[in-house]
Amino acid sequence: MFSIERWQEVFETISKNKLRTFLTGVSVASGIFILVILLGVGKGMQNGVEEQFEQDATNRISIYTGVTKVEYKGMNPGRRIQLKNDDYQFIDENFGENLEYQSSVYRIWGSLASYKNNSGNYRIEGVYPDNQFLENASIIQGRFINQNDLKNKEKHIAIGRKVRDDLFKDEDPVGKLVEISNLKFKVVGVYTDPGGEREETRLFLPITTAQSVFGGGNNISYLAFTLPKEDDYEVALKKSNAFVNEVSTNLKAKHTVAPNDDSAISINNSLENAKQFYDLNNIIRLFFWGVGVMTLLAGIVGVSNIMLIIVKERTKEIGIRKAIGAQPMSIVGMVLHESIFVTTISGFFGLIFALFLLEFVGPFIESEFITNPSVDFNVAISTVILLVISGAVAGFFPAWRGARIKPIDALRDE
Amino acid sequence: MIEIKDLHKSYQIGKNSLHVLKGINFNVKEGELVSIMGSSGSGKSTLLNILGMLDEADSGSYTLDGVPIKNLNEKIAARYRNKFLGFIFQSFNLINYKSALDNVALPLYYQGMKRSERMERSMSYLEKVGLADWASHKPNELSGGQKQRVAIARALASDPKVLLADELTGALDSKTSYEIMDLIQQINDEGKTILVVTHEEDIAQMTKRIVNLKDGVIIDDSPTKQVRAIQHV
Repeated sequence: MFSIERWQEVFETISKNKLRTFLTGVSVASGIFILVILLGVGKGMQNGVEEQFEQDATNRISIYTGVTKVEYKGMNPGRRIQLKNDDYQFIDENFGENLEYQSSVYRIWGSLASYKNNSGNYRIEGVYPDNQFLENASIIQGRFINQNDLKNKEKHIAIGRKVRDDLFKDEDPVGKLVEISNLKFKVVGVYTDPGGEREETRLFLPITTAQSVFGGGNNISYLAFTLPKEDDYEVALKKSNAFVNEVSTNLKAKHTVAPNDDSAISINNSLENAKQFYDLNNIIRLFFWGVGVMTLLAGIVGVSNIMLIIVKERTKEIGIRKAIGAQPMSIVGMVLHESIFVTTISGFFGLIFALFLLEFVGPFIESEFITNPSVDFNVAISTVILLVISGAVAGFFPAWRGARIKPIDALRDE
Repeated sequence: MIEIKDLHKSYQIGKNSLHVLKGINFNVKEGELVSIMGSSGSGKSTLLNILGMLDEADSGSYTLDGVPIKNLNEKIAARYRNKFLGFIFQSFNLINYKSALDNVALPLYYQGMKRSERMERSMSYLEKVGLADWASHKPNELSGGQKQRVAIARALASDPKVLLADELTGALDSKTSYEIMDLIQQINDEGKTILVVTHEEDIAQMTKRIVNLKDGVIIDDSPTKQVRAIQHV
């Protein structure tokens, strides 16, 4: 493989047949190019889908209440079930140590907030400090609501980035006072949420403050939890389903709701949705690899075809070589060497070109379903390995055929 | 050097079997210069192919330098060809994208010889055939006679026991033919065993022994008074 003679031979045949080698190279290069671009776009679609799911923590479990639909213990359907603070306490006492984050939320759908001459209508949510993580929000200025705010019923708010842009323009909002329902609230921080604008037009304040200021009493709108992350998806799903079942049974008993009445107390487990997300991602990945590999296969068949022609053309030469003592294996090596060399070099060109394109054009593609198409190092490495293997596969059959050429047939004068 | 006993060979053409060699008995001693003559279809090329291990006989025995040649697989045949035999063809069969020197060096490459040694040795053989100045030329820059000299140098490079020449002057004019035969005679004078297949009487007369083949049997095998090619040049 590494003898100078062999390399010289490969270069000699290549330089003797520039056009043929060039065309072979183009077919492999375009195969690899398309494969890498497809994988990049596939990754972009995964990123896009991921972003759609990222608006909340992926393992979030939310508990909502509604109106009973089933008659139970002598009570008519149509009863409205209201979650109270003691429901939160109940879950905290019984399951608290198994939970990663927990919060109850008291929500006011729309409320006018103003600062100086600017104002807007925003959703207001009274929450626990943990809610930051349940929402998958990250702080870009100041801080989120903390335990002290909660304990002292402070009139402190954390605002979304969109709210900041609306009300404060270029001003630094931290420490400024925002007026809501004639009350002044101090901004303690600004958050951003991967869920986008809809999730960033909210104001968070301590639930204790929200309940007393906006007349909520002990009422809460919904509960949200996450369980600690597990490495294995199936284990995570099992644990969260067990938790959901137990909480559901207990809450339904507490509120005298029929065990099968899911409209009175409904639990939304994001992890179940996450399964669809994982599946979708797998399908996207499989699809793009499939199409890409097929394209590459077309390229390989092209190379193989051309190598067959090369072997055919060199029949006489191979006959001469065999007559003067070439072993069959050395003929196989010669043909394979050339084929692997051509596929690898041209494949690298395709790979580099595709990577450049993804690197420089990729970031400009900003649509709802494709975000930052790119390929990671592992994918690049696997395509390189794929290249070498495909070169070997493409060369093998022609090489085998070459090795079987009988010198007596090859040398027979035409 | 070469011992052949009762050699038979037939080819299957459709349903008919063509019996080409019908019991050949034939010995060549070391240092002989033998020509095999015969009209086309007499089986002389088949005999040469069997001697060259490019083809295998159906029955009979073939011993080369004390080594029985039978049940060859491709690998062993290739090794024996490299070690025992040097081929010279009518159409030269040089590799046309390689220089004269590289062509001569090719058998040595397949022997696994180191590059520098290989090149040195090939150069000395090119000198021997008088083409040292043409070492870096490709075959298409050489005349027919020069090409055949390169082919002879290549055949000699691996220092084989026997040179097999198949109509080696067939593509050359008579003057060049005699020059080539002069070279062959010189090589033979140095002790190399050489077999020449030809259908030209004057070429055959320049060997030391003529074997006449007809319809797959040897009809005549007798020594001849060698004509020195140098007289005709």
